[in-house]
Amino acid sequence: MPTITEKSFAVKDGRIAKADLEGVAERIFKLSEADETEVEIAAVTDALTRFANNTIHQNVAEQTLAISVRAVVDGRTARATTNKRDDESLGRATAAALALARNQPKNPDLLPMVRAQKYQKVARFFPATPSATPQLRARAVTRVCRMVEKAKQTAAGIFSSGSSQSLLANSKGLSAHYEQTRSEFSVTVLESKSSGWAKSNSPDIRKIDPDELAERASRTCTESREPREIPAGHYTTILPPSAVLDLVGFLFYDFAGTAVLDKRSCLTGRMGKKIFGENISIWDDAYHPLQTGPPYDGEGLPRQKVALVDRGTPKNLVYARATAKKMKTKPTGHGFSLPNEYGEAPMNLVFAGGDKSREEMIRTTERGILVTRLWYIREVDPYAKVLTGMTRDGTFLIENGRVAGGLRNFRFNQSIVEMLANVEMLGPAVRAAGEESFEMVVPTMKVRNFHFSEVTKF
Amino acid sequence: MMQAWADTAIETAKRRGASYADVRVMDIRHRDISTKNGEVGTLAESESLGIGIRVIASGAWGFASTDRLTREGVQACAAEAVAIAKASALAKRENVALAPEQAYVDTWQNPFLKDPFRIPVERQIDLLLAADKEMRRVKGITVAEGSMSFRRIEQLFVSSAGSSIHQVKMQSGAGIVATSFAGSEIQKRSYPSSFGGQHMLQGYELVESFDLVGHAPRIAEECVALHSAAQCPEGQKTIILGGSQLGLQIHESIGHPIELDRVLGMEANFAGMSFLTTEKLRNLKYGSDIVNVVADARLAHGPGLGTFAYDDEGVPAQCTPIITDGLFTGYLSNRETASAIGEKRSGGTMRCESWNRLPMIRMTNISINPGTWKYDDLIADTDDAILMETNRSWSIDDRRYHFQFSTEIGWEIKGGKKSRMVKNPSYSGITTEFWNSCDAICSRDYWTLWGTPNCGKGQPQQVMGTGHGASPARFRNVKVGIAFAK
Repeated sequence: MPTITEKSFAVKDGRIAKADLEGVAERIFKLSEADETEVEIAAVTDALTRFANNTIHQNVAEQTLAISVRAVVDGRTARATTNKRDDESLGRATAAALALARNQPKNPDLLPMVRAQKYQKVARFFPATPSATPQLRARAVTRVCRMVEKAKQTAAGIFSSGSSQSLLANSKGLSAHYEQTRSEFSVTVLESKSSGWAKSNSPDIRKIDPDELAERASRTCTESREPREIPAGHYTTILPPSAVLDLVGFLFYDFAGTAVLDKRSCLTGRMGKKIFGENISIWDDAYHPLQTGPPYDGEGLPRQKVALVDRGTPKNLVYARATAKKMKTKPTGHGFSLPNEYGEAPMNLVFAGGDKSREEMIRTTERGILVTRLWYIREVDPYAKVLTGMTRDGTFLIENGRVAGGLRNFRFNQSIVEMLANVEMLGPAVRAAGEESFEMVVPTMKVRNFHFSEVTKF
Repeated sequence: MMQAWADTAIETAKRRGASYADVRVMDIRHRDISTKNGEVGTLAESESLGIGIRVIASGAWGFASTDRLTREGVQACAAEAVAIAKASALAKRENVALAPEQAYVDTWQNPFLKDPFRIPVERQIDLLLAADKEMRRVKGITVAEGSMSFRRIEQLFVSSAGSSIHQVKMQSGAGIVATSFAGSEIQKRSYPSSFGGQHMLQGYELVESFDLVGHAPRIAEECVALHSAAQCPEGQKTIILGGSQLGLQIHESIGHPIELDRVLGMEANFAGMSFLTTEKLRNLKYGSDIVNVVADARLAHGPGLGTFAYDDEGVPAQCTPIITDGLFTGYLSNRETASAIGEKRSGGTMRCESWNRLPMIRMTNISINPGTWKYDDLIADTDDAILMETNRSWSIDDRRYHFQFSTEIGWEIKGGKKSRMVKNPSYSGITTEFWNSCDAICSRDYWTLWGTPNCGKGQPQQVMGTGHGASPARFRNVKVGIAFAK
C-alpha cells in the first residue's frame, strides 16, 4: 500500500482536489472491517494578525488536516480521529474506531448510515481570502493603528483570514464536500476612561473594511468619555445586532428536538403558544445569502429551511434522524456528527427584520440605554431563560430622544423569553458577529423594560 | 523524530534571519466518553501531532504551525514564521525584549498509577452507566448524564538558546449530573463538580477515587428536592462557599486579573484588561489579612491542571506569592511581560492548548492557602448565613471588578446549624470588597486542588486547564439573590 503523503493532495488556488480527499476515504473503507464506515476529513488553513497598544504583538498561521473514522458494528458506533497521515496511523484509527464500537452496549437508536444525497449548491469560497498575505493584514493594521494614534487613542484587535474544506463520505455511497473561506476584523479602541468596539466578518475579505470599523470604534470611544453612573433598573434599551446575537444565541439549542425530549429546553410545554411578540419570526436557513456553513448536517442529510417561530409562536423544532424517529416526525438535516448525546441544533438562525433605523429608535426614546457590546453572558435560569452578563466598550444614556453621554457599565439579569415579548422596534436583519455565539442574521432591537441589575466601577 | 523536526525548524528559522526561535512538537491523545439516560453518547478517541514554531525576526514576533511533518513541511513552516515576523515588524514600535532565562536539557513526566488509555473502555462505560442507573432510580430525574475524559500530552520544547525539554502529562477527569424538570423549573446537581466534573494531572485512579456510583443517589435526590425548596432569600448576608465554588471564585476574580498580558493591554480586544494596574503591585489590599494566594505550578503543590516542570517557553515551574496576608504581591508573567515591567525573571506561566497555538500567559495552579478552621466549627460559629455549593453560572466584567455567581444548591445556616435547603442561590460583588470580607477559611483537611478544564482566552481562542486549591470559606456582608430578583 503506498504511503499517503502531502503529495497525494493536489492543492490549487488554496484548495485540495475533492477527488484526492475521496481517495483517502476510499482507502479507509478498504481498510475497515466494520459493517459501515464513515470518514470525515477536515482541512483548515488559518492566519491571524493580532494587535494591541497600537502594534502587532501576535501574528500566527496554521495548517491542519484531520481524518476522522466512524465505525458501525452490530448496532454500535464509535469514532477515532487522527492527523497523522501515514498508512500505519490511518489503519490504527480505523481499527480503534471499530474496537471502541465493539466494546459498548448496543445502541437501540442507531440508524443505518445515509446513502448518497443531493444538495443545494452554496458558493462560499472566495479565493481572495486565503490569498491574503501577512503583509496585507499588517498594512491594514498599521493604517488603523496610526489613525487611532492620531486621535490619542489606543487600538487592539485582530485581522484574520483562512479557508476550510471538508469531506463527509461513507461506505453506503455518501460523498458530501464543502469549502468555505472566512475573514474577520475586530477592533477595540481605548482611552483612559472609555472604549469603543466594532467587528465584522465575511467569507469574502474584500467586504471587510478595517478603516471604517476602526473609525466607528474610535468614535464610540470618544463619545463615551467620562462615563457617569446612573442607578440600575429597568430601562428601554437599544441593542445592536452583535448584542442581539450574543443574547439570542443562547436560545439555539432550545429548538433541538432532543432538548425538548429531555425536558431541558425553555420551549418544553410552550410549543404552539404565543410567548414572544408578534414581530418575532425566526427561521433556520442554511441557504440565506448572509449565512455560511455547509448545506448538509453531521450525518450528510441536506439541511432544510425550518420556520422555528412564526409571529411570536414557536412552531417547529429541528431533528436529527434518530431524534425524529423517537419523536415520530421527519428529520430536518440538523444532526451533529455521531456519536453524540445532544442530537441536533439549528446553526443558521435568521431573524425577521424591520425597517426602523437606529436613529429613529433613539429619537423615539425618552429615557433609555444604548448598548455597544455585551460580555461574559451566562445562563442563570434555563427555563425562564434568564441570562446574566455585562455591557462594555461604549454604553450610553438616551434622554429626550438624544444620546446624552457615556455611562458606567451595567450587569444585566434578563429573561430572553420576556425580552422577545418586549421588542418595540426592529431594524433590518444583517449578518452580525458577536463574542458569545456563532454568526446569525439578526436586527437591531429596541426593547422595553430590559433589566440592568447592578453597576460596575468603570 | 520529535528532536529532528525541532532541529530542522530551529536551523531554518535561524538561516532565514530569526534572532530567536523556539519550537513545540506536541503529540496529544484524547479519549472522551459520555452517557445519557442509560445509553452511550460520545465515544471517541483522537490523536494530533504537529509542530508550532515561534520566532523573533526584525525585532518582532511570528508564529506558524503545521502537521505536515516532513523535512520540507517543517522548513516551509519555519520560513513562514519568519516571513510573518517580518510582516509584524511593519507595525513595530520597539523590538521585542525578553527577560533572561538559561537553557535547560531535561525530561519529566507527572506520576500516575493507572494509565487511563490502558483501562478497557467497557469498564469505563460500565462505571458511568452504573452511576446513571442509580440517578434514574430517583423519581423525578429527567436526565442522568456522566462523562469521562482523558488526555495524554507528550511535548518537546527546543529553543535556539539551547533548551531541549521533553515532558509527558497525563490528565484524567470525570463527573455525573442529574437534571430534573418539574412545573416551570429545571434544576440540576453535579458531582464532584459541575461542567465536566473534577480533573487533575493523574491517572485512572483519580476517577476510581470519586465513587461516582455511591454519590449518584444523593445528588439525584437533592436535585428533585430543590423543586420544593424555598427560594434563596435576597439581601446583604453572610455566605459560606464550598471548595469548588471558591475555586471558581479564585479563578475569575484573582486568576484572570493577575495575568500581566491583560494588565498591559494585550488582551484588550477580547478577554479584556484588568483593574490590577502596575502601581497596585505591593500596594493594594486585595483581601483580608487571612487571605494568602499563590500561583504554584510545581508538582509539590499537587497534581493540578496547572502543574508542569517547565512552561511552554522553557521556564521552570515556580511558586509566585500572589496575595500575601491580604496584600497584592505578584502577577502571572512570561519572559516578555516580565521584562516590560522590570522584573528580573518570568514567572513561568506560558502555556499553549496545542501545537498549533501560540503560548500565552495562563493560570497555573492559583490556590488559596488553607486556614485554620474545622468545617463543623465554622458552621457552629455562624449565626445566620447561606451555604452555597457547586457552581451553576458565572460572569465577571472585562476588568474583573464586578462578578455574579450562582450555585446549584444552598442551605440556610441558622444559629450555628445547617438548616433548610434553598434553591437558586446567587451572590454578586466587587472583587476587592469581597476578598476583604473573608473572615474564615477551613484547614488543609478540607482543601482540594480543583481543576477547571475549560478556561478560554486569546484570539484564536485557546482552552486551557487550570488548578485552584481551595477549602470552604466564609464571607461577610455579601449581596445575595440579585440574579433572581424581579
